[in-house]
Amino acid sequence: MSKGKSVIEVRSLVNRFGDQVVHENLDLSVREGEILGVVGGSGTGKSVLMRSIIGLQTPAEGEITVFDEPMIGRDEEEAKHVRRRWGVLFQGGALFSTLTVAENIQVPIREYFPGIERDLLDEIAAYKTTMSGLPPDAAAKFPAELSGGMRKRAGIARALALDPELLFLDEPTAGLDPIGAAKFDQLICELRDALGLTVFLITHDLDTLHAICDRVAVLADRKVVAIGTIPELLALDHDWIQEYFNGPRGRAAAGIQEIEKAAS
Amino acid sequence: MNATPDFLETGPDGRRVIRFSGNLTLLRVRRLSEQLDAIDGDGLTVDLTEVERMDTVGAWLVHKLQRDHGARVVGADEDQQTLIDHVARADQPVKVRAEREPRFRQMAAEVGAATQQAGQTMFGLLGFFGALIIALGNIARHPRRFRFNAVVTRFDVVGVRALGIIGLMSFLVGIVIAQQGAVQLRQFGAEVFTVNLIGRSAMKELGVLMTAIMVAGRSGSAFAAQLGSMKLNEEVDAMRTIGVSPMEALVFPRVIATVLMMPLLGFYAALIAIMGGGLFCWISLEMPPITFIQRIREIVPLTDVYQTLIKAPVFGLIIAMAGCYQGLQVEGNAEEVGLRTTTAVVQGIFLVIVLDAFFAVFFTEIGWA
Repeated sequence: MSKGKSVIEVRSLVNRFGDQVVHENLDLSVREGEILGVVGGSGTGKSVLMRSIIGLQTPAEGEITVFDEPMIGRDEEEAKHVRRRWGVLFQGGALFSTLTVAENIQVPIREYFPGIERDLLDEIAAYKTTMSGLPPDAAAKFPAELSGGMRKRAGIARALALDPELLFLDEPTAGLDPIGAAKFDQLICELRDALGLTVFLITHDLDTLHAICDRVAVLADRKVVAIGTIPELLALDHDWIQEYFNGPRGRAAAGIQEIEKAAS
Repeated sequence: MNATPDFLETGPDGRRVIRFSGNLTLLRVRRLSEQLDAIDGDGLTVDLTEVERMDTVGAWLVHKLQRDHGARVVGADEDQQTLIDHVARADQPVKVRAEREPRFRQMAAEVGAATQQAGQTMFGLLGFFGALIIALGNIARHPRRFRFNAVVTRFDVVGVRALGIIGLMSFLVGIVIAQQGAVQLRQFGAEVFTVNLIGRSAMKELGVLMTAIMVAGRSGSAFAAQLGSMKLNEEVDAMRTIGVSPMEALVFPRVIATVLMMPLLGFYAALIAIMGGGLFCWISLEMPPITFIQRIREIVPLTDVYQTLIKAPVFGLIIAMAGCYQGLQVEGNAEEVGLRTTTAVVQGIFLVIVLDAFFAVFFTEIGWA
């Protein structure tokens, strides 16, 4: 797995809402095959950054390339072949409420690969459902019949429907119980290893950061103030970073990680 | 089923070997899956040595060969093996589609459910009316709980902002009634009576009825959508937890505003419709406005105005109640907000027209014809 090539390149990105400047000259690059955690206080524009990269939000200035293709100013049709190579999990799951979980998973497959037989589609939906940790009877249910955590898993199943090379996750473990969150971390790790996934992960979950992220990007003061492994970040003298990782919760998460490493 | 895939060959030991090459991914799966389905019998070997890229769908196909044909997999590298194991673990009996009932049973069930629902809705509306009366009683006992600002806001939204559209609509309806009436009455040489037609129909029925329909479309739907999305957002629950009664805080201001605005709007609509008719009479029948107004005063009895003013608040009550009731019934997803909004409007207009018929009979009986 070559770690040198970058999959996402963001150069001098500027995002504004009226007078409020969210990003100013933000630079970020995500390398192939890595799991990049994105952290930052509330309102630092983590989700806006993700929305800019996936083309839901046109930035005021700046350049964004994904798989070496410029993303800004492309129309839907042109960007389609890039979109096919990524999967997105939104914060609330964003499942289509009129479709069952299985149908939700099949939507991207039907869209990009029409003509796949129904039986195979059903089989794919079935194994994706179990793979993302949903019980077997969840596939035929509608999103409204699922709990919040299950909805999130169904969202992950849909994001993984096309076996993407790049996965965007917006707070995937928020609202999951600790067991589910740990299983999810494991799932992402396994998929990354098996499929060579690159993951862009917005999270507040310190356990997830310690457990699966190769590098962590810190958003503050309208830009990426630091990016690197957790030990590298800890060596920096930045108030927010120190407070984040060395606060009571940060230390607890790090401590657990130490114990696990010692045990294995 | 003699079709042999081009990658199927027979090895030296008599075992058949499936040699995949290149990308074993979703892209290739359509043709591949059909070909693999055609294979039967056991004793297969699957060779993955030449596979460059495999995704979970490819792994699933390999897993199916293992499961259904007892195939032996060779040449898988570590990642590919992990993927196949992963997929194999996920292979559980999953029900992808809910089971369907036979057609006629489904139809019977739908009719039954619809009937039950209609009954429940009527019952629910009655209960809602009761809750509203209780809320009214509570507010009467604790006047401080009356939300004056909320009510005034609703006055603006339901009443003032509707003036333009209701005026335009009534004006046009007035012209149309006058024009159509004149054409018919001309046949008997009774064009003069167009004034009677305009004056009485507008003041007694059309003004208030058209207003009710417009208010149901404008405000009844808005109430349902607002309360529905608040319900989805758990705002209504939050309100209850804090100790604020949604009936008093949300429903009552809307209902009282609609009840008070409807008579004003209805009367206004009737007047504008008469003006529209008057304009037509002036231009087309050459009846000067002064004469028109004098004739209207002679023809339209005061009881017609009373009828409008009595009916309007009742219609307002029904429209606002249907809107709020349906809004608070929202549960589950966003689609339901849309459904409930539609139901609120349909129900509001339907009940208004049914009640209007009762009113018509009643007023005739007491001699207000």
